[in-house]
Amino acid sequence: MTPLLRVENLTRSFGGRIGCADVSFDLYPGEVLGIVGESGSGKSTLLNCMAGHLAPDSGKVIFDTRADGPTDTLTMSEPERRMLSRTDWAFVHQNPRDGLRMRISAGGNVGERLMAVGARRYGTIRSRALDWLERVEISDDRIDDRPAAFSGGMQQRLQIARNLVTGPRLVFMDEPTGGLDVSVQARLLDLIRGLVRRMGLSAIVVTHDLAVVRLLADRLMVMKDGHVIESGLTDQVLDDPQAPYTQLLVSSVLQV
Amino acid sequence: MISVDNLSKTFTLHNQGGQVIPVIAGATFSVAPGECVALTGESGAGKSTVMRILYGNYLAQGGSVRIGDVTLTEAEPREILALRRETLGYVSQFLRVVPRVPTLDVVAEPLLALGVAEAEAFERARGLLTRLRIPETLWTLSPTTFSGGEQQRVNIARGFAHRYPALLLDEPTASLDPTNRETVLRLIEEAKSAGVAIVGIFHDKGARDRVADREIDVSSFARAVA
Repeated sequence: MTPLLRVENLTRSFGGRIGCADVSFDLYPGEVLGIVGESGSGKSTLLNCMAGHLAPDSGKVIFDTRADGPTDTLTMSEPERRMLSRTDWAFVHQNPRDGLRMRISAGGNVGERLMAVGARRYGTIRSRALDWLERVEISDDRIDDRPAAFSGGMQQRLQIARNLVTGPRLVFMDEPTGGLDVSVQARLLDLIRGLVRRMGLSAIVVTHDLAVVRLLADRLMVMKDGHVIESGLTDQVLDDPQAPYTQLLVSSVLQV
Repeated sequence: MISVDNLSKTFTLHNQGGQVIPVIAGATFSVAPGECVALTGESGAGKSTVMRILYGNYLAQGGSVRIGDVTLTEAEPREILALRRETLGYVSQFLRVVPRVPTLDVVAEPLLALGVAEAEAFERARGLLTRLRIPETLWTLSPTTFSGGEQQRVNIARGFAHRYPALLLDEPTASLDPTNRETVLRLIEEAKSAGVAIVGIFHDKGARDRVADREIDVSSFARAVA
């Protein structure tokens, strides 16, 4: 099987400081990879380099494109990469305000993504928007409201609908449940899990919350000071951590 | 179906002075299809550790584990996940589920993950829950609020939903009343006659004597403290 995404020696530094260094891994179709580590460990830098938001100093991000097979996205032209990020990729930001247009309606937020990939008929766009609002549990009488009038959890669900409506194959998520109440978190995690399984999505989830990766991720990478210090099956890394830092991280979780 | 060769495991506690705790060394045994092997030994002998290594949950330090045609100790994460989906089941002592997911979905999930049609998967889940006497009024609720015995039975239903060719059972009858215990023992016997290879931990001697073909004393694998 061809990996959907292959990352080779991805490195980015800021001045003399390391952002992330020599990160390599393969992600296969349908796999969910979790990346954990404390603040400043380089996990967001890594995510942004992969998603094309930040230019890495060196390395490759090879994506299995529908048209040409595995292609290094870092050497693609800007329009090609932008098309990829509209069709095959999605990016769920920690703060929904970064991923939504706050001044247009909820339906418009979802519809805009469809128009960006060529949908033109109003009726089709509206019905698909309604379908997606229902899938993320937003009632249809809110379709014309602006996201500014939504709660944090609803905004996050709307952002997920906006991202998934175009049927991407790879979703990047940066702390998708950060800043939400635990009750809202559980519902959102359940929703994400269901969507990932039904759509056969691959996802890369960056978080500092070990409970989130236990529920969502098949595989886990642990980062410290820009380096991947341990990786493996999620439950194995959490239940039998090998590296000193991972042991510290796992044993520091407060039990409720 | 399951073969373990010269397996060893130590735990290194880096944050507690780098203390090294040896658990097992030189563990070698195999389980044929239709056979049930019971792991015995006192608490702390390493029974659960062996089970967890067999499931890929703990990393072995040396030796090898083969389940069917997969060498677990060398497999990639996605190969282990495929193995767990198709071949290798595990009924742990404790239920671990996503909060708020209904019991029926919890039990049907292993089948849905294999691509079994929803109607068929839920039919099988309903059948198992009925057999294990989980009242129908509870099926739409999350098992996180259930009693210990109910949770254990949900866990067993989930473990038996798909007929895995290899099955690991950690104390499947521990907190059950006689009627439910009998149902679980029958499920185990049915699995055996269907050719399932089983490794189990049974503190309940009666249960062990009834379903296990052989016993393996894990303390015989205990590593001499260096």
